[in-house]
Amino acid sequence: MAGMDRALKAFLLTEIVSGMAATFKTMFKPKVTLNYPYEKSPLSPRFRGEHALRRYPNGEERCIACKLCEAACPAEAITIESEPRDDGSRRTTRYDIDMTKCIYCGLCEEACPVDAIVEGPNYEFATETREELMYNKDKLLSNGDRWESVLARRLELDAPYR
Amino acid sequence: MAHFFFDTIVGQVILIVLEALAVLVPLLIAVAYLTLMERKVMAAMQMRRGPNVNGLFGLLQAFADAIKMITKETIIPSGANRFLFLFAPFLTFSLAMMAWAVIPTGNGLAVANINVGILYLLAISSLGVYGMLIAGWASNSKYAFLGGLRSAAQMVSYEVSIGLVIVSVLLAVGSLNLNDIILAQRHVWFCVPMFPMFIVFFISALAETNRAPFDLPEGESELVAGFFVEYSSLSFGLFFLGEYANMILMSGMVSILFLGGWLPPLGIAPFTWIPGPLWLIAKILFCLFVFIWTRATFPRYRYDQLMRLGWKVFLPVSLLWMIATAGFLLATGLLPQGVS
Repeated sequence: MAGMDRALKAFLLTEIVSGMAATFKTMFKPKVTLNYPYEKSPLSPRFRGEHALRRYPNGEERCIACKLCEAACPAEAITIESEPRDDGSRRTTRYDIDMTKCIYCGLCEEACPVDAIVEGPNYEFATETREELMYNKDKLLSNGDRWESVLARRLELDAPYR
Repeated sequence: MAHFFFDTIVGQVILIVLEALAVLVPLLIAVAYLTLMERKVMAAMQMRRGPNVNGLFGLLQAFADAIKMITKETIIPSGANRFLFLFAPFLTFSLAMMAWAVIPTGNGLAVANINVGILYLLAISSLGVYGMLIAGWASNSKYAFLGGLRSAAQMVSYEVSIGLVIVSVLLAVGSLNLNDIILAQRHVWFCVPMFPMFIVFFISALAETNRAPFDLPEGESELVAGFFVEYSSLSFGLFFLGEYANMILMSGMVSILFLGGWLPPLGIAPFTWIPGPLWLIAKILFCLFVFIWTRATFPRYRYDQLMRLGWKVFLPVSLLWMIATAGFLLATGLLPQGVS
Protein backbone atom coordinates (compact mmCIF):
# COMPACT_ATOMS: atom_id res chain seq x y z
CA MET A 1 0.00 0.00 0.00
CA ALA A 2 2.80 2.35 0.91
CA GLY A 3 4.56 1.43 -2.30
CA MET A 4 1.45 2.15 -4.32
CA ASP A 5 1.01 5.41 -2.51
CA ARG A 6 4.56 6.39 -3.40
CA ALA A 7 4.16 5.32 -7.01
CA LEU A 8 0.97 7.32 -7.32
CA LYS A 9 2.64 10.34 -5.80
CA ALA A 10 5.56 10.04 -8.22
CA PHE A 11 3.23 9.56 -11.17
CA LEU A 12 1.04 12.53 -10.35
CA LEU A 13 4.09 14.71 -9.62
CA THR A 14 2.54 15.86 -6.33
CA GLU A 15 5.88 16.77 -4.82
CA ILE A 16 6.84 18.76 -7.88
CA VAL A 17 3.54 20.58 -7.96
CA SER A 18 3.70 21.46 -4.26
CA GLY A 19 7.29 22.69 -4.71
CA MET A 20 6.27 24.90 -7.56
CA ALA A 21 3.29 26.19 -5.60
CA ALA A 22 5.67 27.19 -2.81
CA THR A 23 7.90 29.23 -5.13
CA PHE A 24 4.88 30.79 -6.80
CA LYS A 25 3.51 31.94 -3.45
CA THR A 26 6.92 33.31 -2.51
CA MET A 27 6.82 35.53 -5.59
CA PHE A 28 4.25 37.77 -3.94
CA LYS A 29 5.89 38.01 -0.55
CA PRO A 30 7.58 41.31 0.33
CA LYS A 31 11.20 41.55 -0.71
CA VAL A 32 13.81 41.24 1.97
CA THR A 33 16.61 42.95 0.02
CA LEU A 34 17.68 46.43 1.02
CA ASN A 35 17.51 48.66 -2.03
CA TYR A 36 21.17 49.37 -1.39
CA PRO A 37 22.30 52.66 -2.83
CA TYR A 38 19.02 54.22 -1.70
CA GLU A 39 18.51 52.24 1.51
CA LYS A 40 21.16 51.31 4.03
CA SER A 41 21.19 49.12 7.07
CA PRO A 42 21.85 50.70 10.49
CA LEU A 43 25.44 50.61 11.72
CA SER A 44 26.67 49.94 15.24
CA PRO A 45 28.70 52.75 16.86
CA ARG A 46 31.56 50.27 16.84
CA PHE A 47 31.44 49.73 13.09
CA ARG A 48 34.99 49.86 11.76
CA GLY A 49 35.09 51.61 8.42
CA GLU A 50 37.33 54.21 6.81
CA HIS A 51 39.95 55.81 9.07
CA ALA A 52 40.03 59.42 10.17
CA LEU A 53 42.40 61.59 12.19
CA ARG A 54 40.50 63.82 14.60
CA ARG A 55 41.20 67.33 15.85
CA TYR A 56 40.48 69.10 19.14
CA PRO A 57 37.63 71.61 19.04
CA ASN A 58 40.19 74.41 18.78
CA GLY A 59 41.51 72.96 15.53
CA GLU A 60 44.69 71.46 16.95
CA GLU A 61 45.29 67.92 15.71
CA ARG A 62 45.00 65.30 18.42
CA CYS A 63 47.78 63.01 17.25
CA ILE A 64 50.89 63.28 19.43
CA ALA A 65 53.02 60.94 17.32
CA CYS A 66 53.35 58.30 20.04
CA LYS A 67 53.36 55.65 17.30
CA LEU A 68 51.34 53.22 19.43
CA CYS A 69 49.00 52.63 16.50
CA GLU A 70 51.92 51.90 14.22
CA ALA A 71 53.17 49.34 16.75
CA ALA A 72 49.72 47.84 17.29
CA CYS A 73 48.89 47.48 13.64
CA PRO A 74 49.03 43.76 12.82
CA ALA A 75 49.06 44.41 9.10
CA GLU A 76 51.80 47.04 9.33
CA ALA A 77 49.66 49.35 7.28
CA ILE A 78 50.54 52.50 9.26
CA THR A 79 53.72 54.50 8.71
CA ILE A 80 54.51 57.48 10.97
CA GLU A 81 57.39 59.94 10.98
CA SER A 82 57.59 62.69 13.58
CA GLU A 83 59.54 65.82 14.51
CA PRO A 84 59.19 68.42 17.27
CA ARG A 85 57.21 71.36 16.00
CA ASP A 86 58.40 75.00 16.47
CA ASP A 87 56.42 75.31 19.69
CA GLY A 88 58.23 72.23 21.02
CA SER A 89 55.33 69.79 20.84
CA ARG A 90 55.89 66.50 19.10
CA ARG A 91 53.85 66.15 15.91
CA THR A 92 53.73 63.81 12.97
CA THR A 93 55.27 64.93 9.69
CA ARG A 94 53.94 61.88 7.97
CA TYR A 95 50.97 59.68 8.83
CA ASP A 96 50.21 57.17 6.08
CA ILE A 97 47.77 54.28 6.05
CA ASP A 98 47.90 51.79 3.26
CA MET A 99 44.18 50.98 3.00
CA THR A 100 44.93 47.99 0.80
CA LYS A 101 46.90 46.42 3.67
CA CYS A 102 44.53 47.43 6.45
CA ILE A 103 42.42 44.61 7.85
CA TYR A 104 40.02 46.91 9.72
CA CYS A 105 40.73 45.26 13.09
CA GLY A 106 40.41 48.49 15.05
CA LEU A 107 43.59 47.97 17.08
CA CYS A 108 44.95 51.39 16.08
CA GLU A 109 41.80 52.97 17.45
CA GLU A 110 42.18 51.02 20.71
CA ALA A 111 45.87 51.83 21.03
CA CYS A 112 45.41 55.56 20.62
CA PRO A 113 45.63 57.36 23.99
CA VAL A 114 44.06 60.59 22.67
CA ASP A 115 41.31 59.21 20.37
CA ALA A 116 43.09 60.71 17.39
CA ILE A 117 42.96 57.83 14.93
CA VAL A 118 39.47 56.34 14.70
CA GLU A 119 37.63 54.14 12.27
CA GLY A 120 34.53 55.89 11.07
CA PRO A 121 31.16 54.72 9.76
CA ASN A 122 32.08 55.21 6.10
CA TYR A 123 32.46 52.04 4.06
CA GLU A 124 31.90 53.54 0.63
CA PHE A 125 35.38 54.67 -0.30
CA ALA A 126 36.05 52.45 -3.31
CA THR A 127 38.43 54.02 -5.79
CA GLU A 128 39.33 53.40 -9.40
CA THR A 129 43.08 53.23 -8.85
CA ARG A 130 45.20 51.52 -6.24
CA GLU A 131 47.20 54.71 -5.52
CA GLU A 132 44.13 56.50 -4.22
CA LEU A 133 43.96 53.99 -1.39
CA MET A 134 47.39 55.01 -0.02
CA TYR A 135 46.02 57.53 2.46
CA ASN A 136 48.29 60.29 3.75
CA LYS A 137 47.91 62.65 6.65
CA ASP A 138 46.00 65.29 4.67
CA LYS A 139 43.45 62.76 3.52
CA LEU A 140 43.01 61.36 7.03
CA LEU A 141 42.64 64.81 8.59
CA SER A 142 40.11 65.83 5.97
CA ASN A 143 38.20 62.63 6.71
CA GLY A 144 38.26 63.68 10.36
CA ASP A 145 36.89 67.11 9.55
CA ARG A 146 34.22 65.63 7.33
CA TRP A 147 32.97 63.03 9.82
CA GLU A 148 33.75 64.77 13.14
CA SER A 149 30.15 65.15 14.37
CA VAL A 150 29.42 61.50 13.68
CA LEU A 151 32.72 60.34 15.13
CA ALA A 152 32.20 62.24 18.38
CA ARG A 153 28.69 60.84 18.73
CA ARG A 154 29.95 57.30 18.12
CA LEU A 155 32.66 57.63 20.76
CA GLU A 156 30.14 58.99 23.21
CA LEU A 157 27.73 56.11 22.56
CA ASP A 158 30.46 53.52 22.90
CA ALA A 159 32.12 55.10 25.96
CA PRO A 160 30.18 53.12 28.63
CA TYR A 161 31.50 49.86 27.20
CA ARG A 162 35.15 50.78 26.84
CA MET B 1 6.02 47.31 -57.43
CA ALA B 2 4.48 43.95 -56.56
CA HIS B 3 5.90 42.58 -59.81
CA PHE B 4 9.40 43.51 -58.76
CA PHE B 5 9.13 41.66 -55.46
CA PHE B 6 7.36 38.54 -56.62
CA ASP B 7 8.67 38.01 -60.16
CA THR B 8 12.36 38.99 -60.16
CA ILE B 9 15.08 37.13 -58.31
CA VAL B 10 16.51 40.29 -56.74
CA GLY B 11 13.09 41.27 -55.51
CA GLN B 12 12.51 37.86 -53.95
CA VAL B 13 15.90 37.91 -52.23
CA ILE B 14 15.10 41.33 -50.77
CA LEU B 15 11.70 40.07 -49.67
CA ILE B 16 13.23 37.02 -47.95
CA VAL B 17 15.87 39.11 -46.21
CA LEU B 18 13.17 41.46 -44.96
CA GLU B 19 11.07 38.54 -43.75
CA ALA B 20 14.06 37.05 -41.95
CA LEU B 21 14.80 40.40 -40.31
CA ALA B 22 11.18 40.73 -39.27
CA VAL B 23 11.58 37.49 -37.32
CA LEU B 24 15.17 37.80 -36.11
CA VAL B 25 15.16 41.35 -34.79
CA PRO B 26 12.18 40.81 -32.46
CA LEU B 27 13.72 37.45 -31.52
CA LEU B 28 17.03 39.00 -30.49
CA ILE B 29 15.24 41.68 -28.50
CA ALA B 30 13.14 38.95 -26.91
CA VAL B 31 16.30 37.07 -25.96
CA ALA B 32 17.75 40.20 -24.38
CA TYR B 33 14.61 40.72 -22.35
CA LEU B 34 14.29 37.04 -21.52
CA THR B 35 17.53 37.31 -19.54
CA LEU B 36 16.05 40.25 -17.67
CA MET B 37 12.77 38.40 -17.12
CA GLU B 38 14.66 35.41 -15.80
CA ARG B 39 16.56 37.55 -13.33
CA LYS B 40 13.43 39.40 -12.24
CA VAL B 41 11.27 36.30 -11.82
CA MET B 42 13.98 34.36 -10.01
CA ALA B 43 14.59 37.38 -7.81
CA ALA B 44 10.90 37.58 -6.93
CA MET B 45 10.82 33.88 -6.11
CA GLN B 46 13.79 34.30 -3.82
CA MET B 47 12.41 37.47 -2.23
CA ARG B 48 15.05 39.62 -3.89
CA ARG B 49 14.59 42.64 -6.11
CA GLY B 50 16.58 41.80 -9.20
CA PRO B 51 18.05 44.45 -11.48
CA ASN B 52 16.20 47.72 -10.88
CA VAL B 53 18.74 50.49 -11.26
CA ASN B 54 19.34 50.69 -15.04
CA GLY B 55 16.30 52.38 -16.47
CA LEU B 56 12.74 51.94 -15.32
CA PHE B 57 12.47 48.58 -13.47
CA GLY B 58 15.95 47.76 -14.78
CA LEU B 59 14.71 47.63 -18.36
CA LEU B 60 18.05 48.82 -19.70
CA GLN B 61 19.93 46.09 -17.87
CA ALA B 62 19.72 43.84 -20.94
CA PHE B 63 21.60 46.40 -23.01
CA ALA B 64 24.14 47.05 -20.28
CA ASP B 65 24.86 43.33 -20.22
CA ALA B 66 25.17 43.21 -23.98
CA ILE B 67 27.64 46.11 -24.03
CA LYS B 68 29.65 44.51 -21.26
CA MET B 69 29.77 41.23 -23.12
CA ILE B 70 30.86 42.78 -26.41
CA THR B 71 33.57 45.00 -25.00
CA LYS B 72 35.32 42.26 -23.05
CA GLU B 73 38.49 40.62 -24.25
CA THR B 74 38.28 37.46 -26.34
CA ILE B 75 40.58 34.83 -24.92
CA ILE B 76 41.47 31.77 -26.97
CA PRO B 77 43.25 29.09 -24.90
CA SER B 78 46.64 28.20 -26.35
CA GLY B 79 45.81 24.50 -26.64
CA ALA B 80 42.50 25.10 -28.37
CA ASN B 81 41.67 24.36 -31.95
CA ARG B 82 41.18 27.94 -33.09
CA PHE B 83 38.83 27.37 -35.97
CA LEU B 84 36.51 24.98 -34.19
CA PHE B 85 36.70 26.99 -30.98
CA LEU B 86 35.33 30.06 -32.74
CA PHE B 87 33.03 28.08 -35.02
CA ALA B 88 31.12 26.33 -32.19
CA PRO B 89 29.35 29.39 -30.69
CA PHE B 90 28.57 30.62 -34.18
CA LEU B 91 27.02 27.25 -35.01
CA THR B 92 24.92 27.16 -31.83
CA PHE B 93 23.72 30.69 -32.39
CA SER B 94 22.90 30.38 -36.09
CA LEU B 95 21.09 27.07 -35.59
CA ALA B 96 18.97 28.61 -32.86
CA MET B 97 18.09 31.42 -35.28
CA MET B 98 17.52 29.18 -38.30
CA ALA B 99 14.82 27.15 -36.63
CA TRP B 100 12.60 30.22 -36.49
CA ALA B 101 12.12 30.14 -40.25
CA VAL B 102 9.23 27.68 -39.94
CA ILE B 103 7.46 28.91 -36.81
CA PRO B 104 4.05 30.19 -37.92
CA THR B 105 2.98 33.36 -36.13
CA GLY B 106 -0.43 33.52 -37.76
CA ASN B 107 -2.48 31.49 -40.23
CA GLY B 108 0.18 30.50 -42.78
CA LEU B 109 2.32 33.39 -41.59
CA ALA B 110 5.82 31.91 -41.49
CA VAL B 111 9.02 32.80 -43.34
CA ALA B 112 8.89 29.30 -44.82
CA ASN B 113 5.59 27.48 -44.54
CA ILE B 114 7.06 24.12 -45.54
CA ASN B 115 5.25 20.80 -45.44
CA VAL B 116 7.79 19.07 -43.21
CA GLY B 117 8.05 21.91 -40.72
CA ILE B 118 8.07 19.75 -37.63
CA LEU B 119 10.79 17.50 -39.05
CA TYR B 120 12.84 20.58 -39.85
CA LEU B 121 12.43 21.80 -36.28
CA LEU B 122 13.41 18.41 -34.87
CA ALA B 123 16.45 18.28 -37.13
CA ILE B 124 17.62 21.78 -36.30
CA SER B 125 17.16 21.37 -32.56
CA SER B 126 19.07 18.07 -32.73
CA LEU B 127 21.91 19.75 -34.58
CA GLY B 128 22.27 22.15 -31.66
CA VAL B 129 24.17 19.46 -29.78
CA TYR B 130 27.03 19.76 -32.28
CA GLY B 131 27.79 23.29 -31.17
CA MET B 132 28.18 22.12 -27.58
CA LEU B 133 30.13 19.01 -28.53
CA ILE B 134 32.51 20.97 -30.76
CA ALA B 135 32.92 23.63 -28.10
CA GLY B 136 33.68 21.04 -25.47
CA TRP B 137 36.22 19.30 -27.64
CA ALA B 138 37.89 22.35 -29.17
CA SER B 139 38.48 24.06 -25.81
CA ASN B 140 41.08 21.46 -24.84
CA SER B 141 39.96 21.57 -21.23
CA LYS B 142 38.77 18.68 -19.09
CA TYR B 143 35.75 20.51 -17.74
CA ALA B 144 34.64 21.64 -21.16
CA PHE B 145 35.18 18.14 -22.51
CA LEU B 146 33.10 16.51 -19.78
CA GLY B 147 30.41 19.15 -20.21
CA GLY B 148 30.32 18.50 -23.95
CA LEU B 149 30.02 14.75 -23.42
CA ARG B 150 27.25 15.19 -20.91
CA SER B 151 25.28 17.53 -23.11
CA ALA B 152 25.58 15.12 -26.04
CA ALA B 153 24.40 12.15 -23.98
CA GLN B 154 21.58 14.15 -22.43
CA MET B 155 20.26 15.70 -25.60
CA VAL B 156 20.33 12.41 -27.48
CA SER B 157 18.45 10.66 -24.67
CA TYR B 158 15.70 13.21 -24.52
CA GLU B 159 15.47 13.61 -28.26
CA VAL B 160 14.09 10.06 -28.39
CA SER B 161 11.13 10.80 -26.15
CA ILE B 162 10.60 14.18 -27.82
CA GLY B 163 10.45 12.37 -31.14
CA LEU B 164 7.89 9.87 -29.85
CA VAL B 165 5.75 12.62 -28.36
CA ILE B 166 5.80 14.47 -31.65
CA VAL B 167 4.83 11.27 -33.44
CA SER B 168 1.76 10.85 -31.27
CA VAL B 169 0.78 14.45 -32.00
CA LEU B 170 1.32 13.85 -35.70
CA LEU B 171 -0.85 10.76 -35.57
CA ALA B 172 -3.71 12.91 -34.43
CA VAL B 173 -3.01 15.62 -37.01
CA GLY B 174 -2.08 13.71 -40.11
CA SER B 175 0.34 16.34 -41.38
CA LEU B 176 3.91 17.49 -40.75
CA ASN B 177 3.05 21.08 -41.56
CA LEU B 178 3.12 23.28 -38.47
CA ASN B 179 0.21 25.33 -39.72
CA ASP B 180 -1.91 22.19 -40.09
CA ILE B 181 -0.86 21.05 -36.62
CA ILE B 182 -2.22 24.30 -35.21
CA LEU B 183 -5.37 24.20 -37.29
CA ALA B 184 -6.04 20.67 -36.03
CA GLN B 185 -6.35 22.16 -32.55
CA ARG B 186 -9.26 24.43 -33.48
CA HIS B 187 -11.69 22.55 -31.26
CA VAL B 188 -9.48 21.42 -28.41
CA TRP B 189 -5.81 22.06 -27.71
CA PHE B 190 -3.70 18.92 -27.63
CA CYS B 191 -2.62 19.65 -24.08
CA VAL B 192 -6.07 18.47 -22.94
CA PRO B 193 -6.38 15.00 -24.53
CA MET B 194 -2.63 14.41 -24.42
CA PHE B 195 -1.89 15.96 -21.05
CA PRO B 196 0.73 13.36 -19.98
CA MET B 197 2.56 13.87 -23.27
CA PHE B 198 2.41 17.60 -22.73
CA ILE B 199 4.23 17.14 -19.42
CA VAL B 200 6.72 14.67 -20.93
CA PHE B 201 7.41 17.04 -23.79
CA PHE B 202 7.84 20.00 -21.49
CA ILE B 203 10.26 18.20 -19.22
CA SER B 204 12.16 16.87 -22.22
CA ALA B 205 12.29 20.42 -23.54
CA LEU B 206 13.93 21.47 -20.27
CA ALA B 207 16.53 18.74 -20.76
CA GLU B 208 16.94 19.60 -24.43
CA THR B 209 17.76 23.23 -23.70
CA ASN B 210 20.02 22.28 -20.77
CA ARG B 211 17.88 24.18 -18.34
CA ALA B 212 17.63 23.56 -14.61
CA PRO B 213 16.95 20.99 -13.18
CA PHE B 214 18.72 19.28 -16.08
CA ASP B 215 21.59 21.75 -16.52
CA LEU B 216 24.22 19.09 -15.98
CA PRO B 217 26.31 20.09 -19.01
CA GLU B 218 26.99 23.40 -17.29
CA GLY B 219 26.68 22.24 -13.67
CA GLU B 220 28.65 24.99 -11.94
CA SER B 221 29.49 23.07 -8.82
CA GLU B 222 31.16 20.21 -10.64
CA LEU B 223 32.15 21.39 -14.11
CA VAL B 224 32.74 25.11 -13.46
CA ALA B 225 30.57 26.10 -16.43
CA GLY B 226 30.58 22.99 -18.58
CA PHE B 227 31.26 23.20 -22.27
CA PHE B 228 31.75 26.95 -22.34
CA VAL B 229 34.25 27.36 -19.48
CA GLU B 230 36.95 28.63 -21.82
CA TYR B 231 34.73 31.08 -23.67
CA SER B 232 34.70 34.78 -23.07
CA SER B 233 33.37 37.97 -24.60
CA LEU B 234 31.39 37.70 -27.81
CA SER B 235 31.92 33.98 -28.31
CA PHE B 236 30.40 33.39 -24.88
CA GLY B 237 27.70 35.90 -25.77
CA LEU B 238 26.76 33.87 -28.84
CA PHE B 239 26.40 30.73 -26.72
CA PHE B 240 24.31 32.66 -24.27
CA LEU B 241 22.07 34.09 -26.98
CA GLY B 242 21.81 30.67 -28.61
CA GLU B 243 20.80 29.04 -25.35
CA TYR B 244 18.09 31.58 -24.67
CA ALA B 245 16.90 31.57 -28.28
CA ASN B 246 16.63 27.80 -27.96
CA MET B 247 14.54 28.27 -24.85
CA ILE B 248 12.18 30.53 -26.77
CA LEU B 249 12.16 28.04 -29.63
CA MET B 250 11.27 25.11 -27.39
CA SER B 251 8.54 27.23 -25.78
CA GLY B 252 7.33 27.96 -29.28
CA MET B 253 7.28 24.23 -30.05
CA VAL B 254 5.33 23.52 -26.87
CA SER B 255 2.85 26.25 -27.80
CA ILE B 256 2.46 24.98 -31.34
CA LEU B 257 2.19 21.29 -30.54
CA PHE B 258 0.09 21.45 -27.39
CA LEU B 259 -1.24 24.94 -26.74
CA GLY B 260 -2.75 25.69 -30.12
CA GLY B 261 -0.08 28.10 -31.45
CA TRP B 262 -1.70 31.32 -32.62
CA LEU B 263 -5.24 30.09 -31.95
CA PRO B 264 -7.21 31.90 -29.26
CA PRO B 265 -8.33 29.70 -26.35
CA LEU B 266 -11.93 29.80 -27.56
CA GLY B 267 -13.13 30.63 -31.06
CA ILE B 268 -15.62 33.25 -29.79
CA ALA B 269 -15.81 37.01 -29.89
CA PRO B 270 -13.65 38.59 -27.19
CA PHE B 271 -10.81 36.15 -27.82
CA THR B 272 -10.81 36.37 -31.60
CA TRP B 273 -10.36 40.17 -31.50
CA ILE B 274 -6.78 39.70 -30.39
CA PRO B 275 -4.62 38.84 -33.42
CA GLY B 276 -2.88 35.45 -33.69
CA PRO B 277 0.73 36.54 -33.20
CA LEU B 278 -0.17 38.02 -29.83
CA TRP B 279 -1.71 34.74 -28.72
CA LEU B 280 1.44 32.91 -29.79
CA ILE B 281 3.59 35.41 -27.91
CA ALA B 282 1.41 35.10 -24.82
CA LYS B 283 1.72 31.30 -24.90
CA ILE B 284 5.47 31.42 -25.44
CA LEU B 285 5.76 33.85 -22.54
CA PHE B 286 3.77 31.51 -20.33
CA CYS B 287 6.05 28.59 -21.24
CA LEU B 288 9.14 30.71 -20.62
CA PHE B 289 7.76 31.68 -17.26
CA VAL B 290 7.36 28.01 -16.39
CA PHE B 291 10.94 27.38 -17.57
CA ILE B 292 12.18 30.02 -15.16
CA TRP B 293 9.79 28.90 -12.46
CA THR B 294 11.16 25.35 -12.55
CA ARG B 295 14.69 26.73 -12.47
CA ALA B 296 13.89 28.69 -9.33
CA THR B 297 12.22 25.68 -7.71
CA PHE B 298 14.22 22.51 -8.27
CA PRO B 299 17.75 21.43 -7.47
CA ARG B 300 19.83 19.83 -10.21
CA TYR B 301 19.30 16.16 -11.00
CA ARG B 302 22.14 13.72 -10.54
CA TYR B 303 23.47 12.40 -13.82
CA ASP B 304 22.24 8.82 -13.38
CA GLN B 305 18.81 10.09 -12.28
CA LEU B 306 18.63 12.15 -15.44
CA MET B 307 19.44 9.16 -17.61
CA ARG B 308 17.05 6.94 -15.69
CA LEU B 309 14.24 9.44 -16.14
CA GLY B 310 14.93 9.73 -19.86
CA TRP B 311 15.33 6.07 -20.74
CA LYS B 312 13.31 4.20 -18.13
CA VAL B 313 10.38 6.55 -17.58
CA PHE B 314 9.85 8.92 -20.49
CA LEU B 315 10.76 6.53 -23.27
CA PRO B 316 8.36 3.70 -22.23
CA VAL B 317 5.61 6.16 -21.31
CA SER B 318 5.77 8.03 -24.59
CA LEU B 319 6.09 4.79 -26.55
CA LEU B 320 3.04 3.32 -24.81
CA TRP B 321 1.12 6.53 -25.30
CA MET B 322 1.99 6.59 -28.96
CA ILE B 323 0.75 3.03 -29.42
CA ALA B 324 -2.38 3.80 -27.40
CA THR B 325 -3.08 6.90 -29.51
CA ALA B 326 -2.58 4.99 -32.72
CA GLY B 327 -4.81 2.15 -31.50
CA PHE B 328 -7.51 4.53 -30.31
CA LEU B 329 -7.52 6.49 -33.56
CA LEU B 330 -7.61 3.32 -35.61
CA ALA B 331 -10.35 1.71 -33.51
CA THR B 332 -12.60 4.78 -33.60
CA GLY B 333 -11.87 5.48 -37.25
CA LEU B 334 -10.67 9.00 -36.41
CA LEU B 335 -7.25 8.49 -38.00
CA PRO B 336 -6.81 11.52 -40.26
CA GLN B 337 -6.36 10.65 -43.92
CA GLY B 338 -4.06 13.57 -44.66
CA VAL B 339 -5.15 17.19 -44.60
CA SER B 340 -3.43 18.65 -47.63
